[in-house]
Amino acid sequence: MDAPATAAVPDGQSAMHLAPAPLLEVSGLQVTFHARDTSIYAVQGISYTVEPGQTLAIIGESGSGKTVSAQAIMGLLPGSASVAGSVRFRGEELVGLSQRDMRGHRGRSFAMVFQYPERSLNPTMRVGSQITEAIRTHEQLGKKEAHDRAVELLKMVRLPAPERRFYEYPHQLSGGMRQRVVIAIALACGPQVLFADEATTALDVTTQAQIMDLLLDLQQQTGTALVMISHDLGLAATYAEDVMVMYAGKIVERAPAKELFAGVRMPYTQALLDAIPRIELEPHVLLPVVGGRPPDLASIPPGCPFAPRCPGVQDDCRQDAPPLKQYEAGRWWACWHPLGKGAQ
Amino acid sequence: MLASAREGSAVTDGTVTEGTADTGSDILLEVRHLVQEFVLRDFGGAKGGVLQAVSDVSFDLHVGETLGIVGETGSGKSTLARSVIQAPPPKQGEVIFQGQELVGLHRNALKAARRNLQMVFQDPFSSLDPRWPVTRIVEEPLIAYGIGTGSERRERVASVLDLVGLDPVRYGARRPRELSGGQCQRVALARALALEPKLILCDEPVSSLDVLVQAQVLNLFEKLRAELGLSYLFIAHDLALVKQVSDRVAVMYLGKLCEVGPVREIYSEPLHPYTLALLTSIPDPDPQVGRRDTANHIKGELPSPLDPPSGCRFRTRCPLAQERCAEETPELRPMSDGHYVACHFPLDGWQTSAIRRVPDQSRIADDIVDNRPASPSFQSQETSL
Repeated sequence: MDAPATAAVPDGQSAMHLAPAPLLEVSGLQVTFHARDTSIYAVQGISYTVEPGQTLAIIGESGSGKTVSAQAIMGLLPGSASVAGSVRFRGEELVGLSQRDMRGHRGRSFAMVFQYPERSLNPTMRVGSQITEAIRTHEQLGKKEAHDRAVELLKMVRLPAPERRFYEYPHQLSGGMRQRVVIAIALACGPQVLFADEATTALDVTTQAQIMDLLLDLQQQTGTALVMISHDLGLAATYAEDVMVMYAGKIVERAPAKELFAGVRMPYTQALLDAIPRIELEPHVLLPVVGGRPPDLASIPPGCPFAPRCPGVQDDCRQDAPPLKQYEAGRWWACWHPLGKGAQ
Repeated sequence: MLASAREGSAVTDGTVTEGTADTGSDILLEVRHLVQEFVLRDFGGAKGGVLQAVSDVSFDLHVGETLGIVGETGSGKSTLARSVIQAPPPKQGEVIFQGQELVGLHRNALKAARRNLQMVFQDPFSSLDPRWPVTRIVEEPLIAYGIGTGSERRERVASVLDLVGLDPVRYGARRPRELSGGQCQRVALARALALEPKLILCDEPVSSLDVLVQAQVLNLFEKLRAELGLSYLFIAHDLALVKQVSDRVAVMYLGKLCEVGPVREIYSEPLHPYTLALLTSIPDPDPQVGRRDTANHIKGELPSPLDPPSGCRFRTRCPLAQERCAEETPELRPMSDGHYVACHFPLDGWQTSAIRRVPDQSRIADDIVDNRPASPSFQSQETSL
């Protein structure tokens, strides 16, 4: 158990406990996309920290900015995007870093697992070569050592018959097996933060459970922090310690997963929870829904972004946007009239 | 015909019984021993193997009923739906819709039958023509069947769009790329409804939508079912979602049905180990339910459908598999009223209650004391209590 763990984290373990600064500190991160005559304010000043070994889930609908914010942290956005604010990794500022310097961080400081494993893998390359390529880009290793490390990684992600799979092509593997290979590549250089961007969305529910179990086991072995990006609040509550809900480019609520379900404060989070079909419900029960759509991020009206759809909207919600504040220990929300607290 | 758009007459019993007049019973769709195979070709066209996508599946669908079909990718659930609409026709078996055998039907007769049998697909963007405006998309089936005059058709299109919650004036002229995913799926549903079908086959109709939009579209399906007396064959991989809309559920694994039964029984007392494995894999936002015992998560990969395991197809991943499972193929057999299972060793109440998602465990244990005092699995549990 320990052998692959130490192999995957060559030098991270000792430094991890000494680090004075948070592992990853995002503050006031803004991402704006510039099109011909409009600007899309995709991420509007989000702040959070990630500590070693933590599991944080970022939840939101399509277009809420959850993926874009992670891509901004990893420096993966195209030139049409401008990134403002600050992202510090162990105290080192990442925003404004050159591509060359960012490359040193990717893979080692943080790595990402994407939604579609078939799009992350090169269909014309053997699985093994794709892993050794990732290893040898970052480390001076001979072919034999890289091969051994790759097989070890495939064992670690519990791919059956790793020695044989090493020489197979992605199309010979099932979706779940491909995602295991992508995870092996992501872990190749022992990242300290692993972003899983809808990593299990394209998979079956049984495979999803397998992959999530694997990710959490690997996290315990290696001490990597895991940031899950997902639209599935159920998945987040089941597997993450902390849940952060994004809406229209902003964080609207953050809470420990265990407490969130018991006492949601932000009406948007409540709407998300209510909309999930759940096994406990009787058949043919209509789900409570909120109408409308998320606001257009090209022109943001004043006030709370959720105000036009919020069932508990009041006059002040339309005038000033509520800031995200910590009201209780570990519990943050951005709402003037939080649920379960009465009017303030 | 068009003037009496469904909304008015549908709620009355007239529409519902109309279909049954032909069949003489309330069975709308009857599928018997359906087999669908695809021959894989090697280089030079040599036969490379036969993929049995659906093997020997039988079920009934009653008027006004929703039958949910769940299973993983590769279980053959989409192929099953396509075989029902004869696209392509199955290799063997019978598909009897409204008393009429569809397999082997001539082109024109098949077209006439399909009028009452429409389909809604998973990806709304790729199932709508990107160059056509919404009104044209919804009107197309009416044109294809030569129904009504131009103005009657326009009226019908407007009323169907209204029915699915899209303002025809505002959205009629838009093209699919100008619509959101949820709106596109509403258009696809409007197109399916334009011909006033009796049965709609829904293949993962809400899987690609965000959770809030998904809830809206699910509610729309429910509303239409009640108002128009529709029947659905609802295919999805999400068990919770299927429970929401279904009256009965069929669980499919590697081309075969494992379990069929009324929705409440399937979810509270699953009999097949695969159904239980699916149920325990679902994440839930309620911490009371807690993180599922990972020991019950299904292990391994789906076997190749080119070379399915002998006997029970689930045996290679089944925690309860025994020798008999490899030798003898379990047939779907009734266990209680309307609840069928294809398993030699179906689960008993205790095995399912141990991981059932009901917080009150003590109550369940009491039930078992009453019902199964002689069960060996219970006795062993009693000593541990």
